[in-house]
Amino acid sequence: MAVLEASGLGRQYGRRWALRDCTLSIPEGKVAGLVGPNGAGKTTLLHLAVGLLAPTSGVITVLGGRPADGPAQLGRAGFVAQDTPVYARLSVAQHLRMGAWLNRAWDSKLAQCRIEQLGLDPKQRAGSLSGGERAQLALTLAIAKRPEVLILDEPVASLDPLARREFLRSLMEIVAARGLSVVLSSHLIADLERVCDYLVVLIASRVQLAGEVSTLLSSHYRLSGARRDPASLPADQEVIEQSHTDKQSTFLVRTDDPILDPAWTVRPVTMDDLVLAYMSRGAGTGRARRSGLRVMS
Amino acid sequence: MIEFQLDTASGVATYLQLVQQVHQALQLGLLGPGDQLPTAQQVVAKLAINPNTVLKAYRDLERAGLARARPGQGTFIVRSLPRADPASQNRFLASMTEWLRAGRTAGLGLDEIEAIYRTALRSCLAEGVT
Repeated sequence: MAVLEASGLGRQYGRRWALRDCTLSIPEGKVAGLVGPNGAGKTTLLHLAVGLLAPTSGVITVLGGRPADGPAQLGRAGFVAQDTPVYARLSVAQHLRMGAWLNRAWDSKLAQCRIEQLGLDPKQRAGSLSGGERAQLALTLAIAKRPEVLILDEPVASLDPLARREFLRSLMEIVAARGLSVVLSSHLIADLERVCDYLVVLIASRVQLAGEVSTLLSSHYRLSGARRDPASLPADQEVIEQSHTDKQSTFLVRTDDPILDPAWTVRPVTMDDLVLAYMSRGAGTGRARRSGLRVMS
Repeated sequence: MIEFQLDTASGVATYLQLVQQVHQALQLGLLGPGDQLPTAQQVVAKLAINPNTVLKAYRDLERAGLARARPGQGTFIVRSLPRADPASQNRFLASMTEWLRAGRTAGLGLDEIEAIYRTALRSCLAEGVT
């Protein structure tokens, strides 16, 4: 079953479409990273997934159910919104009490344990917590409701590197212990590379690339060598990105077959390479370049 | 028990890095039959990586007959890898040197020789010769 499935999904604000005709499917049991430029519709998509927004058009299902379809369905998804908001005037303990009161399947032992492990003072007001502590509190609230899927919107964007690592470590420990699915949006590719086993690149509501990270990495190569027309590449090599000088050509290609041409220096790609290549292609700059050889200054 | 490291700039998939590190530890004799591999929880706590990635690496090692999962206990090494024999390494080095000399005599440049070597290596990998 798909953890998140959208078909022709759209959301309009006034006359502006924040998300339009979005179709995607993320399998269950993954830690899926959602990347794309600002304005691609990531936040809107995630808000639709947790029922904070209703679609203007199309359909979205989470674990097979409509997001806002009653308390049982709401309980299946935990959500950590952008910048991990908490109630500044409430104490840590009050947050937990509120969680227990608002959720059907609240695991107060788990919540208490995590607060202790993190070394948070239950009496402290959330407004005076550090960014990292606030993020951990928000994660605790999302986890203690015992969701089947955890949805996080840019949870670590505003954290320092250490707090970021700690947050991701907590998140991965939770995944290891409970085996839940995660959908996570972020601009920080290096973080995603560590924690995600599934990647979705979304640009202007469209999925440019989606798949298992290990499969994606092993089916893309960076080739460099003497200048060449892309038309001379084997048919099974799809050119994702290319650049040329008067002497040299560099391609990022996708293929399921090994590259055997000795004229190429072949390098593996990183997730960073992949995301940037698909993002610039999706932005339309790639299309012009693909039409033929052009000297890049 | 070994400890995994992660090279995020290598471009090598994380699960493959874990598999390679187990192979290296076996070849160096740091790991042997009966030794336990770190649990997914332990690896996750150290590296902050996806536990599925650790499990994928362990499944790979199981498929290769190097490790076995014992339910409720963890994953254990069941086989050692032969340590490289110095004499055979030397023989191989000699034949490789011979091959390089032949290439130079035939007028190949070092870069060309390297390109040929890489191509041969890649086609070996593609055939599953490891």
